[in-house]
Amino acid sequence: MVQAARATVGEWQVATRARYGDLAARILFLTAGLSVFLVLGFILYVLVGNSLQFFRDVSILEFFGSTKWQTAGTVQISEGGDAGDFGVWPLIAGTMLVTVGAAVIGLPIGLATAIYLAEYAPSRVRSFLKPVLELLAGIPSIVFGFFALFVISPIVRDLTDEGSFLYYVFGQKSATIFSAMNAIIVVGVMVLPIITSLSEDAIRAVPKHLREASFGLGATKWETTKNVVVPSALSGIVASFVLGVARAIGESMAVAMAAGTQAAWTFNPIDSIQTMTGFIVQRTGGDTPQQGPVFTSLFAVGLTLFLMTLALNLLAQRFVKRYREVEGADT
Amino acid sequence: MSTTTGSSDGATAPGARRPPTAAIHSTEPLPLQPEEVAIHIQDLQFYYDQDAQALWDIDLECPRHRITALIGPSGCGKSTLLRCLNRMNELIDGTRYEGHIFLEGTDLYGTEVDPVALRRHVGMVFQKPNPFPKSVYENVAYGLRLHQKLTKKELDERVQWALEKAHLWDEVKDRLDDAATGLSGGQQQRLCIARALAVEPKVLLMDEPCSALDPVATQKIEDLMLELKKDVTIVIVTHSMSQAARVSDRTAFLYKGKLIEAGPTRQIFEAPREDLTEQYITGRFG
Repeated sequence: MVQAARATVGEWQVATRARYGDLAARILFLTAGLSVFLVLGFILYVLVGNSLQFFRDVSILEFFGSTKWQTAGTVQISEGGDAGDFGVWPLIAGTMLVTVGAAVIGLPIGLATAIYLAEYAPSRVRSFLKPVLELLAGIPSIVFGFFALFVISPIVRDLTDEGSFLYYVFGQKSATIFSAMNAIIVVGVMVLPIITSLSEDAIRAVPKHLREASFGLGATKWETTKNVVVPSALSGIVASFVLGVARAIGESMAVAMAAGTQAAWTFNPIDSIQTMTGFIVQRTGGDTPQQGPVFTSLFAVGLTLFLMTLALNLLAQRFVKRYREVEGADT
Repeated sequence: MSTTTGSSDGATAPGARRPPTAAIHSTEPLPLQPEEVAIHIQDLQFYYDQDAQALWDIDLECPRHRITALIGPSGCGKSTLLRCLNRMNELIDGTRYEGHIFLEGTDLYGTEVDPVALRRHVGMVFQKPNPFPKSVYENVAYGLRLHQKLTKKELDERVQWALEKAHLWDEVKDRLDDAATGLSGGQQQRLCIARALAVEPKVLLMDEPCSALDPVATQKIEDLMLELKKDVTIVIVTHSMSQAARVSDRTAFLYKGKLIEAGPTRQIFEAPREDLTEQYITGRFG
């Protein structure tokens, strides 16, 4: 019935060519969408599969229960010697040291910069500074790495020279070429664009009428910023912090270059340390044989790192969502 | 905007915007004595930008403890003029003014006047209710905390006093710690009035305070205004002719940045001197 009716009214029919085009588009976008899941699934499969293999050789109790990480060198492995010690805590400590240190540097500076850009900077200054910040985000990680090694490291070593003030602060120690401090400083700079950019967006999204209400009651600019603007933008600011920290945890190249290769169970920032990412960079880049616990430990460490950043990203999403809700309710 | 007179305007039929004479509340006599003047605007020019003049040669007097309504079509500068009274326009880059505004004899644009301090004495209520995303209590306490060191007890008393003034206390006394954004629109606007009253301003500026509210909420705000004028001088911007008629004692009509006519509300609505005023209040343009 319907078919027949359509046949009589030609102009109501979709042209066959258009219908095929629609079908082709549908298939194209479906494939693109599916491929994301395929790639993700494959990565997870490789990560989890090799990690399981690792835990067959090394007990999970040792992995999460020991504070000694000393993997065998290539020669030792090929001669069939002991694979080493696989307590992951020194790597986690190294990662946390760099992350927390970078956060201590990056969060306040990033937030202060965001407040300046959003609230205080004249539009001409902002239109100049914002692209500069985005440029900072565009500098390759490896460039930051050798910047840390050739610029920051000598300064850190000078400042912690025997007898200097910082020498005593850090427990009568001098930094060597490699130190967690190098990585902390450089990662602290690397997270600035994320924190500044997202916090600034959150602050600028605070409705103008809230600022006016505060000014109208005789509040100064700073009182308004402190009491109304920042609290209203808080969930967005927190989200930027979490994303910045996630970036710091996952940062590999600069950290691997600046922090050293010594997996040490320490929280002293001028010690040479190794982060989780640093370990992966070191051993995947070398000639480690592609079997045995040293090789599979790369995946176990990778999986641990993945779970840590995943948790942070989920946390950030919750904050971003809440922030949108608050914003939606306000405007 | 141009032909409607707002949600508050149930009584007036479209096209016949001139409010019934009976609706005019005020019995304000025609001449204004110098000693009654609270705000005296003198030859005010205002520019948003070098070549974007928004107000021309404004001369206006607002009597103390009375309600002055600023009316006029959209973009006529009535909100800009209102915002000159607490120097709110200065928050926008590039604005400039010439002339004087005297508040109780003090030139608001004098060199010794700090706009931040000025705004403590000239409160403002905005078009859209804009409570802070804080509790009801904290909203009212906000201005008090900025300017005064009060004990918890004094603060409690002042918050209650302001909420009672704004006819809101009975509705919110059991949920002072709840988020202010959870209140109804009308309650939020009365909260904003309470927030402004808490610091005891001399002048209250109201920028279309009822345009986002339903008729019942509008009625409550209008009743409140008539009561509040015992204590404060009120200047209100409204796009509703009938609201201006219902609440104001004096009315000023602005058109394209110029003050066309100002006078007792009854005279403006019943016997305007200018053709433009006549045309505007009878709804022939807007």
